[in-house]
Amino acid sequence: MKPGAFEYRKATTVKDAVAWLHSDLNSKILAGGQSLVPVMNFRLAHPSLLVDINEIAALHQITFNADTVTLGALVRHQEMAESTEVRDRLPLLAVTARHIGHWAIRNRGTLGGSLAHADPASEWPAVMVALEAQIQVEGPDGARTIPASEFYLGYYTTELAADEIVTAVTISRTRHRLGFAEVARRPGDFALAGSIVEDFGDGQGSVTWFGVAGKPERVVLALPEEESARARSFQSALGKLSQLDDDRHRQQLAVTVAERAFQHSRLTGHEYLTFEGGQV
Amino acid sequence: MATKTPIRLTINHESYDVEVEPRWLLSDVIRHQLGLIGTHVGCEQGVCGACTILVDGKPERSCLVFAVQAEGADITTVEGLSTDPQHLTALQESFRDHHALQCGYCTSGMLLTATALLKKEPHPTEDAIREALSGNVCRCTGYQFIVDAILAVANGSKEVQE
Ligand SMILES: Cc1cc2nc3c(=O)[nH]c(=O)nc-3n(C[C@H](O)[C@H](O)[C@H](O)COP(=O)(O)OP(=O)(O)OC[C@H]3O[C@@H](n4cnc5c(N)ncnc54)[C@H](O)[C@@H]3O)c2cc1C
Ligand code: FES
Ligand code: FES
Repeated sequence: MKPGAFEYRKATTVKDAVAWLHSDLNSKILAGGQSLVPVMNFRLAHPSLLVDINEIAALHQITFNADTVTLGALVRHQEMAESTEVRDRLPLLAVTARHIGHWAIRNRGTLGGSLAHADPASEWPAVMVALEAQIQVEGPDGARTIPASEFYLGYYTTELAADEIVTAVTISRTRHRLGFAEVARRPGDFALAGSIVEDFGDGQGSVTWFGVAGKPERVVLALPEEESARARSFQSALGKLSQLDDDRHRQQLAVTVAERAFQHSRLTGHEYLTFEGGQV
Repeated sequence: MATKTPIRLTINHESYDVEVEPRWLLSDVIRHQLGLIGTHVGCEQGVCGACTILVDGKPERSCLVFAVQAEGADITTVEGLSTDPQHLTALQESFRDHHALQCGYCTSGMLLTATALLKKEPHPTEDAIREALSGNVCRCTGYQFIVDAILAVANGSKEVQE
């Protein structure tokens, strides 16, 4: 099918984009279009105004500081996978990006679009919750920062108001080992279940799943050395999720991907989040 | 009737001035307004890859972008791979030699994706080829001959033309 008619405007500043969104309650931001255009093609969405933000230069930046990195909302998935700086200093993000859709989708789809779309099976929301990132948004009343853990409310639902836009995400330095794993039917498909595991190094850690609940939640848990004890720990962490899917197969898969993510965190090399000079 | 906007598209190094409604997909404008019907449309939801084109050298879905957004971009469609109708690119020849197509519906998307891959990575492994093609669905060949065709170019001395 084809999209319904809409008015199209290209914003070059966040201020303009916000003002236009505010002027029409049935407006939508157009970022990579890799989620919005399919739903418009099927007439599941019929916005009256599309505000194209692709030409807002400030939203394309990746900025490394001493203890933080700030990723602009328009950083494309493929940029995250290929950027040498991201690969060297935030390898978890590069590994994650390679699991999102296909090459052609990654060339256009954006970080901010994925965070705002809040598909429970998508990678970025879970990664940002796992890393306790701060999501920066801007609206008619100015800018505010929302912890990723408070940004997600449930299936495709976020804290974002209709006239607010995600501008960037900030991640703080961590020296914990991190691992990522997901299971999908075919490469490029949305995950059936996926997980990020963080190892604090003292027998404790955290697990964050995607695809197994309505929203990503970071659960702190024990990470015993013994594998069956670890499986029980993942199992009880799963029970703490507020919007757990009731599919038993998916729940079993969740324990399996958590274990794989844990194993991934143990790999020698650099599959953890570090910054220049950072020692793990 | 929505109002139309005049835009200029650059496709296969040629400029096209067209008037489009904002809601028109780039895939439809390429096919219906410009008559470049080598770009195929399968699913209109980004899954099948039949509509894949190169935007500034990178594969993208033409069904998931509006034509108004494509102004200023350097677009390549399958018609632009070889400028001379008497001459195929090494990759196109290799597709013919390896029987890498049957109905041909997926072929333009396959050729464009593989052309971009070989430009970025002239000697990809079979795994890298399969990964790059994972977003292009073929219902006929079972993929093996497509992979063979690309591997032959990757391993051979033939230059890949754009
Ligand atoms: C075949 C296929 C496979 C895919 N597989 C995966 C996958 O495995 N994992 C995955 O995570 N995703 C997958 N995707 C989705 C893809 O990652 C999208 O890029 C992403 O979900 C949305 O980003 P976008 O930039 O394309 O956003 P758009 O489609 O432009 O927008 C999506 C929504 O977010 C809003 N929005 C966009 N940017 C902002 C912003 N800065 N502030 C506020 N609101 C905003 C829009 O208004 C819209 O409602 C797939 C898509 C396709 C077509
Ligand atoms: S028609 Fe565009 S991906 Fe299928
Ligand atoms: S040759 Fe028929 S779909 Fe690929």
